[in-house]
Amino acid sequence: MESRDVSTAPDLPDAAGGPDDAPLVQLVTPAGSRVTTPEAEAYRERVAHLDPAALRGLYRDMVLTRRFDDEATSLQRQGELGLFAQAKGQEAAQVGSARALATQDYVFPSYREHGVSHVRGIDPTARLRMYRGVDHGGWDPAEHNVHLYTLVIGSHVLHATGYAMGVQRDGLVGTGDPERDTAVVAYFGDGATSQGDVSEALVFAAVNNAPVVFFCQNNQWAISEPATKQARVPLYRRGSGFGVPSVRVDGNDVLACYAVMAEALERARTGGGPTFVEAFTYRMGAHTTSDDPTRYRSRAQEEYWRRRDPIDRLEALLRAEGTWDEAFAAEVAAEGEALGERLRTEVRALEAPPASTMFEHVYASPHAVVDADRSWFAEYEQSFEPADHVEGSTR
Amino acid sequence: MSESTKTLTVARAINEGLRRSLERDQKVLLMGEDIGALGGVFRVTDGLQKDFGEDRVVDTPLAESGILGTAIGLALRGYRPVCEIQFDGFIFPAYDQITTQLAKMHARSGGRVQVPVVIRVPFGGGIGAVEHHSESPEALFAHTAGLRVVSPSTPQDAFTMIQEAIASPDPVLFFEPKGRYWEKGEVDVAGAGEGARVLDRARVVRPGTDLTLVAYGPTVATALRAAAAAEQEGRSVEVVDLRAISPLDTATVVASVRRTGRCVVVHEAPTFLGSGAEVAARVTEECFYSLEAPVLRVGGFHTQYPVAKIEHEYLPSLDRVLDAVDRAFAY
Ligand SMILES: Cc1ncc(C[n+]2csc(CCOP(=O)(O)OP(=O)(O)O)c2C)c(N)n1
Ligand SMILES: [Mg+2]
Repeated sequence: MESRDVSTAPDLPDAAGGPDDAPLVQLVTPAGSRVTTPEAEAYRERVAHLDPAALRGLYRDMVLTRRFDDEATSLQRQGELGLFAQAKGQEAAQVGSARALATQDYVFPSYREHGVSHVRGIDPTARLRMYRGVDHGGWDPAEHNVHLYTLVIGSHVLHATGYAMGVQRDGLVGTGDPERDTAVVAYFGDGATSQGDVSEALVFAAVNNAPVVFFCQNNQWAISEPATKQARVPLYRRGSGFGVPSVRVDGNDVLACYAVMAEALERARTGGGPTFVEAFTYRMGAHTTSDDPTRYRSRAQEEYWRRRDPIDRLEALLRAEGTWDEAFAAEVAAEGEALGERLRTEVRALEAPPASTMFEHVYASPHAVVDADRSWFAEYEQSFEPADHVEGSTR
Repeated sequence: MSESTKTLTVARAINEGLRRSLERDQKVLLMGEDIGALGGVFRVTDGLQKDFGEDRVVDTPLAESGILGTAIGLALRGYRPVCEIQFDGFIFPAYDQITTQLAKMHARSGGRVQVPVVIRVPFGGGIGAVEHHSESPEALFAHTAGLRVVSPSTPQDAFTMIQEAIASPDPVLFFEPKGRYWEKGEVDVAGAGEGARVLDRARVVRPGTDLTLVAYGPTVATALRAAAAAEQEGRSVEVVDLRAISPLDTATVVASVRRTGRCVVVHEAPTFLGSGAEVAARVTEECFYSLEAPVLRVGGFHTQYPVAKIEHEYLPSLDRVLDAVDRAFAY
């Protein structure tokens, strides 16, 4: 079947279309059939080994990521989380790219990469510690080679680049050993591309030929600003001025995202340097639970993209190829239920840390000012008679 | 002079300290603009690229946020980057990375990651420079928890403190008094970095009984000259070199002021909300009953750093320090 360009919605008055009507890599059409064009041949080869079980695995990852989103959103609505940012609509971009990673690869996410952290194995409850307000981070970055979520837009793209320069110095690029060669990935958004730090990261990555992949999820919105406020040309073209090979991929096509990422990672690992990937997708939900998208985008646009839901597309492919399995779907649904149940229990059980923890880890070695503040606070706390600790005390 | 003692300038002492750190730890690397073949615009890294190679003494792209951001990434990977910011006034493109990332990452991770990045900043004025080349932004960084902020005043301290800063598990802003780069002093180059840590300890440079002059970096020499001049008038002035703005070694200052009863703080940065204000507040709180006079400050004005032809009217000169000493005795 023929590839159909779904990147633009010219019939929609406020589609973020403008600069985004450029060709993009696609392996599965929204209707769920394989793209057979000769241009896609090289990418098809990169997913040829993904058998029906592997495809169902990707489906499972995406459904569980969606379920995580839904559950966290309702926990926020119930007052159990202070804030939450959904990945909804971006599951294919995140799961597809993350499944192409090797264990030794290292990821620098921004704040809605729940599909990536799911794939890397980060405990789902740990991912919500920050959003509940009990932690600024939540997990040990060394455990799954995933750095903490970064909230300052674009900052971590430089950290990823520096980390990749470190990998290079460690001699872990181009060894020919697939267990050792290491790549680093920075995940960031369309809005982030305007930050100076992202441009500086492209400069440092290019001149050092660093093994880093710039994975930009163009979800067409930076809170209320459409991507047309960030650029007049498709975002993937940002790379070329820096001498960084760039590619635009259908971000709602999990196989295409896998293939494009596999190619970029291979380039990084073998010493070919950085790649800029633009995954063209759509943020189906609000920016965060504090946002109201009805103020800046149309129902029609949301509906247009709802019909291009990346999870539906993979299901359509599995059905079209006769590898959809009702028993498996039921299993995934049950797993989703269990995940929801677990999050409801575990998140509610996350207690506020003792106030004194704010004095911990301010520095890695003793600091007289912090020590003095800590002792003052401890004495102040102790100065209250036990009776003062009754609820409603005004201190 | 012992075998291990050499006469070095402040710049050369830092160079020697960097060399030792590079020799001692393969993970140490220097990053900055023009620090390689040129040896830095002040020649502080002179000869180091030749001896340690382009991979360890790295000429970076001209992008301060990029330098700091990639240094953070390298530190996360186990390296110990020492970044040179060419001049004080050019640290601001990196201010975001320093304050929102470098300062917070250890705490954000609950102590799981360390980011031992050193940022060398030639700072201070008096060199007849154009705009942005004479500033003293140390308070902006000391105000941020998670950063250590230090400034050496002598070749010996420069040599020792740069090595301690590099060995520190915390990020350190290392403010180098550029106006004193060429001043010479004896440096014991044996065993530095292994003795008691001086990085965050103030020291009494000159003992005295009637007034404490508190200074750091470029103003320590001014304070010493003031103490010598005051002695002619029969006043015994003690000089304390803070060495660190963060952490502030309050104990040493307080012990001194309890003895002398008077305190004057001297720095080049504007006095308004400067580090002297913090010293004054702490001394007032802890030495209230020992004080014969309010704590006074001598420093820059709340103006843009002035043009070179009049900068000496802005900087805390010997006369302005002595004037403050007189005022303290007049109470
Ligand atoms: C430096 C900075 N400026 C502003 C913000 C506030 N902010 C948070 S998310 C966001 C939009 C980011 O858009 P994009 O990069 O497209 O990522 P997305 O949220 O769409 O995933 C903004 C402006 C911020 N976090 N950091
Ligand atoms: Mg966006």
